[in-house]
Amino acid sequence: MAKVPVQFTLNGAEKAEFIDSGTTLLHALRDKIGDTSPKGGCHQGTCGACSVIIDGELRLSCLTLAEACNGATITTTSGLSEGGVLHPLQRAFLDAFATQCGFCTPGMIMAAKVLLDHTPNPSREDVVEALSGNICRCTGYEPIIQAVLTAARSNSQNAA
Amino acid sequence: MELRKSYFADQRKDDLHEIGQPRPRSDSPGHVTGKTTYFADRNFPGMLHLKMVRSPHHHARIRSIDTSEAEKHPGVVKVLTAKDVPHNVYTILILIQIGPEDETVLADGKVRWKGEAAVAVLAETERAAQEAAAKVKVDYEVLPAVFDMDEALKPGAPIVNEYHGRNYYLYDSGECRKVRFGDVEAGFAGADHVLEQTYQSSPIEHAPTETTGCIVAPEGNDRFTCYTNTQAMFFTLDNTSIILQMPGNKLHFVGGTVGGGFGGKVDVIVEPIAILGAKLTGRPVCFIYSREEEMQISSPRAAEKVVIKDGVMNDGRIVARKVTGYTDAGAYSRHSPYGAQKGAGHYPGPYTIPNVWIDTYCVYTNRTPSSAMRGFGVTIGDFALEVQMDKLARLIGMDPLEFRFINAYRDGDMKAHRQPTEGAALIECMQEASRAANWPVAEKFMAMSSYAKGA
Ligand code: FES
Ligand code: FES
Repeated sequence: MAKVPVQFTLNGAEKAEFIDSGTTLLHALRDKIGDTSPKGGCHQGTCGACSVIIDGELRLSCLTLAEACNGATITTTSGLSEGGVLHPLQRAFLDAFATQCGFCTPGMIMAAKVLLDHTPNPSREDVVEALSGNICRCTGYEPIIQAVLTAARSNSQNAA
Repeated sequence: MELRKSYFADQRKDDLHEIGQPRPRSDSPGHVTGKTTYFADRNFPGMLHLKMVRSPHHHARIRSIDTSEAEKHPGVVKVLTAKDVPHNVYTILILIQIGPEDETVLADGKVRWKGEAAVAVLAETERAAQEAAAKVKVDYEVLPAVFDMDEALKPGAPIVNEYHGRNYYLYDSGECRKVRFGDVEAGFAGADHVLEQTYQSSPIEHAPTETTGCIVAPEGNDRFTCYTNTQAMFFTLDNTSIILQMPGNKLHFVGGTVGGGFGGKVDVIVEPIAILGAKLTGRPVCFIYSREEEMQISSPRAAEKVVIKDGVMNDGRIVARKVTGYTDAGAYSRHSPYGAQKGAGHYPGPYTIPNVWIDTYCVYTNRTPSSAMRGFGVTIGDFALEVQMDKLARLIGMDPLEFRFINAYRDGDMKAHRQPTEGAALIECMQEASRAANWPVAEKFMAMSSYAKGA
């Protein structure tokens, strides 16, 4: 099968790969580039575990063709902490016991980040709505909602 | 959290450093940074993908299997059928002497549930494996199937599993697990009221966010490393060793973080065939359930039917309890004979009842084999028992919590299966529940203790 080149920025670093046409971004990230933080829970757009941020928007990487990401800026959960310092969302998930098996966590954090980037002071309803595409089978969601609200508060305190 | 130190003060030293203190989980930093390694986060050069051809019928004889077109499909490396599996008929609990072996790794002459694995296809890509699997031709003669436990137990019902020869598991105690304590009929005869109710549940899928799977890498020294999300590492090692007729020291199992299991990943289903594929091709093999397979193929919690008959006195004492429990194992045993047995021990509930009669049946039907899930054999029973307790309380016009205080087991009470009660703490739990839920009970119940009888 003919390979096609793709090039994008992943967590601040330039990446270039030759991939089979039709490869999903999820596969390209995990199997070609080696960023396994997006998870495959369904490969059909229903669980949210593969969520990443493409040019500021939340996207399901299992439903996104890698070749459609040429020139894009992509963020995954593995790129959030800087110099070993956790992102406020990561800190809040940790402190609030918002992660059990952890399989949904990278996707949840991506969805929460896009929410807070657009809506720095979300209501509880905003959080529930923003996470509604991400399935968690372990936590019962409540600690996750609390973690996102806590992260939002700590962000606004830092900004003040 | 407040620790109430008045309870069991004589049993506890007050040098608790961990209990009551929040402690960070050691695995959370990996989870929130995306660094935790799950089995599927590994990738090996030349890795093959395994896809199963599955039965579209609930019960059928296999007349023939033709894999020739599939073998010619571009990218296909190997196609496996029953004859390739060294010890094709197994049962997980044989390791603890629960037999007979009753399940095939790949169907041999027959399928007994819709979705049963018949042929394994190994190919260079997932897509090639999928396409080739669709080209395998299996000629089935459809047989009558039975989906209901009552139907399955009727004389003349289609036999689901010839390895048992009857549609229930034969315990050493006979057709069911039995608990006999006191004289239940005399108990009913002397009771002020008798209430019999039937409770039923459907199968429940665990639906973990990470699907079941494994990745196998052949090592140079004739050993195989299997990265798996099994919840039952040693069951998997030992059963794989039996199925592949391979000494355990050739098998290196690497577990780790499981992306949700809830009991759904204890069945030893993916590893043996993936290791066999790696052995026969010399290549790494990955076998990961699709979401559809996770929902339809992996074993659910068993459907259960529980018939409870209780004799109760107007003063609140339960004087007799008879329970007949049915566990729908589906087509194969897996962990269900054990689950049904657990139910037998559990059905009296945490109550002291002088006359008890329990029968629990493990029944075979042409449904997806069921297996472990969070408290299997007990959870549905608890639902039934506690609904029954509420109904009994209503029947005699008593507060449901006070009714439970009257019947709660306490230290020293003999349980129906003849284990004396020790360290029960049920009274104290209910006292706390009464406070926390603001559901007051009479002072005499708040003064009770698990230690002292007659209080
Ligand atoms: S893997 Fe993409 S939504 Fe489930
Ligand atoms: S923590 Fe397990 S799925 Fe969310």
